[in-house]
Amino acid sequence: MKIIGSIGLVWGIIAQIIGTALGMVLVMLVRLLQGKPAWNAEPVIVIGALIGAIAFLVGVGVFRDWFKWGRGEETPIHHGPPEDRPAWTRYFSVDYSHKVIGIQYTVTGILLMLFAGTLAMIFRLELAQPGLQFLEPTTFNTFISAHGIIMIGSILLGIGGLANYLVPLMIGAPDMAFPRLNALGYWLAVPGALLLMGGIVVGGWNTGWTGYPPLSAQAPIGVQLFFMGVYFIGLSSIVGSINLITTILRMRAPGMTPFRMPIFVWSMLATSIIQLTATQLIGLSFLMVLIQRLLDMGFFDPDLTQRAIILGSPPGRPILFQHLFWFYSHPAVYIFVLPGLGIISELLPVFVRKPLFGYKWVAMSSMAIALLGFLVWGHHMFAAGIEPFLRVPLMFSTLLVAVPTGVKFFSWTATMWQGKISFQTPMLFVLGAISVFLIGGLTGPPLATVPTDLFLHDTYFVVGHFHATMFGGFVFPFFAALYYWYPKVIGRTYNEKLGKLHFWLMTPAFWVQTLGQMLIGTRGMRRRIADYDPALGIDTGQMLVTIAGFVIAVSVLVMLYNLIASARRGEVAEANPWRSRSPEWQIPSPVPEQSYAQPIVITGEPYDYGLPDSVYVRMSPAGASGAPDSFTTQRS
Amino acid sequence: MKHLIIVAILVVISTILVSLGLEVLPILPPQAGEEAATVDWLFTLQLRVIAFLFSLIVVFTLYSVVVFRRREDETEDGPHIEGNTKLEIAWTIIPLITVLFFGVLGARGLSEITSPSPDELVVEVTAQQFAWRFDYPDYGITSSPELHLPRGRQVLLKLNSIDVIHDFWVPELRVKQDAVPGMTTELRITPTELGEYKIRCAELCGTAHYSMLATLKVEEPADFEAWVAANTAPSDDSTQETAPPESPADTAPSEEAGAELGAEVAQTQGCLGCHSVDGSQLVGPTWLGLYDSQVTLDDDTTVIADEAYLRRAIVETDAEVVKGFPASVMPDIYGDTLSEEQIDALVEYIKVLAE
Repeated sequence: MKIIGSIGLVWGIIAQIIGTALGMVLVMLVRLLQGKPAWNAEPVIVIGALIGAIAFLVGVGVFRDWFKWGRGEETPIHHGPPEDRPAWTRYFSVDYSHKVIGIQYTVTGILLMLFAGTLAMIFRLELAQPGLQFLEPTTFNTFISAHGIIMIGSILLGIGGLANYLVPLMIGAPDMAFPRLNALGYWLAVPGALLLMGGIVVGGWNTGWTGYPPLSAQAPIGVQLFFMGVYFIGLSSIVGSINLITTILRMRAPGMTPFRMPIFVWSMLATSIIQLTATQLIGLSFLMVLIQRLLDMGFFDPDLTQRAIILGSPPGRPILFQHLFWFYSHPAVYIFVLPGLGIISELLPVFVRKPLFGYKWVAMSSMAIALLGFLVWGHHMFAAGIEPFLRVPLMFSTLLVAVPTGVKFFSWTATMWQGKISFQTPMLFVLGAISVFLIGGLTGPPLATVPTDLFLHDTYFVVGHFHATMFGGFVFPFFAALYYWYPKVIGRTYNEKLGKLHFWLMTPAFWVQTLGQMLIGTRGMRRRIADYDPALGIDTGQMLVTIAGFVIAVSVLVMLYNLIASARRGEVAEANPWRSRSPEWQIPSPVPEQSYAQPIVITGEPYDYGLPDSVYVRMSPAGASGAPDSFTTQRS
Repeated sequence: MKHLIIVAILVVISTILVSLGLEVLPILPPQAGEEAATVDWLFTLQLRVIAFLFSLIVVFTLYSVVVFRRREDETEDGPHIEGNTKLEIAWTIIPLITVLFFGVLGARGLSEITSPSPDELVVEVTAQQFAWRFDYPDYGITSSPELHLPRGRQVLLKLNSIDVIHDFWVPELRVKQDAVPGMTTELRITPTELGEYKIRCAELCGTAHYSMLATLKVEEPADFEAWVAANTAPSDDSTQETAPPESPADTAPSEEAGAELGAEVAQTQGCLGCHSVDGSQLVGPTWLGLYDSQVTLDDDTTVIADEAYLRRAIVETDAEVVKGFPASVMPDIYGDTLSEEQIDALVEYIKVLAE
């Protein structure tokens, strides 16, 4: 009992339940005071859920140190496992170690991926054959909407996990710049995810994850919880990005000039810049629909409401939402893929024993993609009713993104050329990632070109395109990263045979899935439909896509079994099984609480494989001055 | 160097094979319009370039994976090649020129498929949850859910929605356009092949988005004119396309006039998007022979479809769900949007369909 009481998550959930109830009562009281009937489902549930989510944060204790500062109290950071309770409880509570937070993010991300994946299995089962077999249309629409947004959440959390665990290690820093902010970043995502799931239960929503009004303005209440869940996860994203940018710019080990950073750090810098500057727009667009519903505002409502007429307001415009929404949501997809592409660049040299070809160009290509990504959002709106001529510059800007992306592909190819390639599981997933992201990327230009997009828009071709880019840009690299750093994090080796089984199940299945989706799309299969016309002649394609999905699901279960069982039964891992030059592989496995007992100094290039006697990381002698002792109290 | 020559040959072979493969696969539906020809020409060209780039990366990668594997006993690293600035510049500039070229082709194609024509036929398209309505201002005809068009003439569709965003799409014509409430959007199509095609809503619009369909009938100009003529005169109440009556009656209409008004309401309020009048199975039960028949509900009880039942079905949509049909799909707005007179008229119309 005492142990349960010491777990932050438990207090968070209790607080959320109490907070939700109190919030609902508060709204009902206010309504009574206004002379209205106490109960109106929407404001009561929405405000209740919001207050509940904030209460979660208070309950879990993520504001504790800041409240103490408000009272003038000192808050030394305790490093290491908690003294008065079992070590595992730190993973379910507020902890300030970037390694703990990295694991929290990663595991939560995987859990969300499993949940969203299960939703997909259910609706793919429905779609395997024509006719409505077992899903009501509203349930179907809710499941596809939830699948989309929860997968997005899982990607953001997975990225948060990789970045938080790896970036400080890779730059030789003792932790992130702002440990308490780091914890907040993680814990914001938890009630966010709970809100998304709550939306499914509280009536669902039938708008897709894109939530366009006017449909979202009239959708069931679940859409409001969806909006708020995204808001919290967006805040998590912004908070994390501030931390990463500061850490990368200010906390690199001596000798680590920008072009001597591991390439993954460059990709996280580019990703964080996007997160910091674009996320606000999805928050804004969703907030406006939320308020349009709650307070009868007319932002996107072309029919003048009585109130609007009285106030003399012009009619609302649905297309405004799309501009605001896509201004984030396009750069967002580069948030999703840049880290994974960084993983590919990071791992290839290790398994090919050759420098990353054109390292500087690759680093700059991430920044170029981040910048160009802000100039293309309108390509989601070619059929939306925007000024017809505007589509032309948007087409050009969209096509331009292919250039820095091509730089990466050519660099990877040139890195492998004449190398000495070995094929352990992480490398297999890197190769799988390259092949899948290639398909995803190559199907971009038909969508970027307006006339062909007017055919392909809102068909399953788009679904095929983005699943290929998401799997190639995130899922495959994420799995590669899980296998690759597993020995460093856990201190044991995973089972290589099972790893290969995972790869050989998942990759061909994914090829079938993505090509199948594109083919049924060009034959006329629209997106977001619970049932399709047998006359389209796509029944076989649909069945194959469903089966492929299930095979992928099974392969993921193989991975989970592998990673969980190996934690107990795997061989004890050596410090550097991959013979990598990167800093984190020069310290023991698993990584000790104080990652770098001796500060490191960078004396060479990161990827000088094949250059005899080249040293990248030098551990400075114990007790040498130089890097400040990071374990003094930090204010953040 | 010999590696490069082998790879180059393999890339060429692979490009040709992939290109041919993509051409042989039935990727696209048949073409039925001029815009489709433009779109398909662009798409085919894109597929060729995709075949080349795919081959380039995959062949180099597969070749490396086979030829440059690390042998069991090898512990040495590979050659220390850091980069090649000339190559980097080349593979930045060449793709840049390529994408700009395709941008120009795309802009030209867009201009081709959107340019107005002086004698284009104007049709006003109104979308709603979950049906389509077509008005011909030149002829004063309203039609739902069939869109009749003459072959070989450019059509300007002026799209509007009365509730949420929908999208007009005929795959065989390729191009699509959102119908947005509060504004009019435009789509130009030029059908060239006779036949019957499905118009499919291509923007998620609610529960029955999946079944929001209409029919496009492309006819010879003479047949189209005949259809126009047949519909400009007042017609009997058993056809789907009727002209709007001159003025609604103020007093309780006779049964015949009521049924005629009912037919009009069924068209304009979207009923025909989900309920057929000819027995065909759409999202909702057919009205043919419905009145006074025995209906099995989803809880396996049976009920007679009398006037009271029909009224409940219109205004209390989920009170009685017919077995085999999905619940919560029919919008429950009709109690508010239809007047008593309109509901009476609909009932009269449904009664007539059982005679």
